[in-house]
Amino acid sequence: MTAERDEDEMKRIRRRRSVALGIALAVFAALFYAITIVKMGPAIMNRPL
Amino acid sequence: MALAADTDHEALERTPSQVGDYVTLLKPRVMSLVIFTALVGLFVAPGGLHPVLAGTAILAIAIGAGASGALNMWYDRDIDRIMSRTQNRPLPRGRITEEEVLVFGLTLSAMSVATLGLATNWLAAGLLAFTIFFYAVIYTVWLKRSTPQNIVIGGAAGAFPPMIGWAAVTGQVGIEAWVMFAIIFLWTPPHFWALALFKKSDYEAAGVPMLPNVAGERATQNHILIYSVVLVASGIAPLIVGMAGWLYGAVAVGLGAWFLWLAFDLWRTSEKDQMKKVARSLFRFSLYYLFVLFVALAADHALGLYLGAAQ
Repeated sequence: MTAERDEDEMKRIRRRRSVALGIALAVFAALFYAITIVKMGPAIMNRPL
Repeated sequence: MALAADTDHEALERTPSQVGDYVTLLKPRVMSLVIFTALVGLFVAPGGLHPVLAGTAILAIAIGAGASGALNMWYDRDIDRIMSRTQNRPLPRGRITEEEVLVFGLTLSAMSVATLGLATNWLAAGLLAFTIFFYAVIYTVWLKRSTPQNIVIGGAAGAFPPMIGWAAVTGQVGIEAWVMFAIIFLWTPPHFWALALFKKSDYEAAGVPMLPNVAGERATQNHILIYSVVLVASGIAPLIVGMAGWLYGAVAVGLGAWFLWLAFDLWRTSEKDQMKKVARSLFRFSLYYLFVLFVALAADHALGLYLGAAQ
């Protein structure tokens, strides 16, 4: 019974850690998107392929 | 010893490291001072920076400072177990593994430097990289355990953030950046020596050669008084180099006078308990001193911008 509860608790902690890492990576990606737009300007979207 | 290691290992198997442990590794309280001084450096620098880039710069400087804190905790894990102030950190408590801390610190160091370089310029990024290296290697590995002058030289690590903020905007390091550096650099020794006076037994137990343990309390009181005089003089320097006006000047003189009074009060006190009490109040006041001085610097600059725009 206790072992099961511990197992659940561990899963919960791991999950929370994974979510935090996911959010951090998403923020990092969004930040670099914003930096790119600011440094290069929206004209970056108009370049011919 | 082996038993302790086994218990630690079991503890780790039971509870994986939590998000909060990683936050603790970044030393949030130190980080808040870094964010604040870097922000002031960035704000008072001539020229402008796009808000997104300014925000990124502050974030990168904060993460870089946090990373150096994590590397410091990785290296100091042995003495952190001994000192009461540090016993509850994630590593001494066995809530996180050494490898996790090292990888976390190194990864964040690399990412913060690269981000700052790409968002602003490589001089600022180079200064951030040097700051992390200075704190994690020069201070933590080399100076901290070998010389009572540890925090005198190590204080440079905490003094760099406003200079990095300035460099992020201007792309160079002017006299104004050096003045802000000097204020924090000279503030660090009296601040930590005051702490070391009332936490003497802690440092003694951990074998960290702080000035009161090595040279005695009298010598520490003398050092604090001398450094306080030089610090207060450096606090007035922004007025002299023309980076601040009367508003800042008034604050710097008022705060400086109070700082000197406390340092003098400490210097003349020889009774042990009373001395610890005064040291504690000097330590506490020194935090306000630095904070209010930099607020005044920013406020003075804002006033200048406002008056300039009104004319």
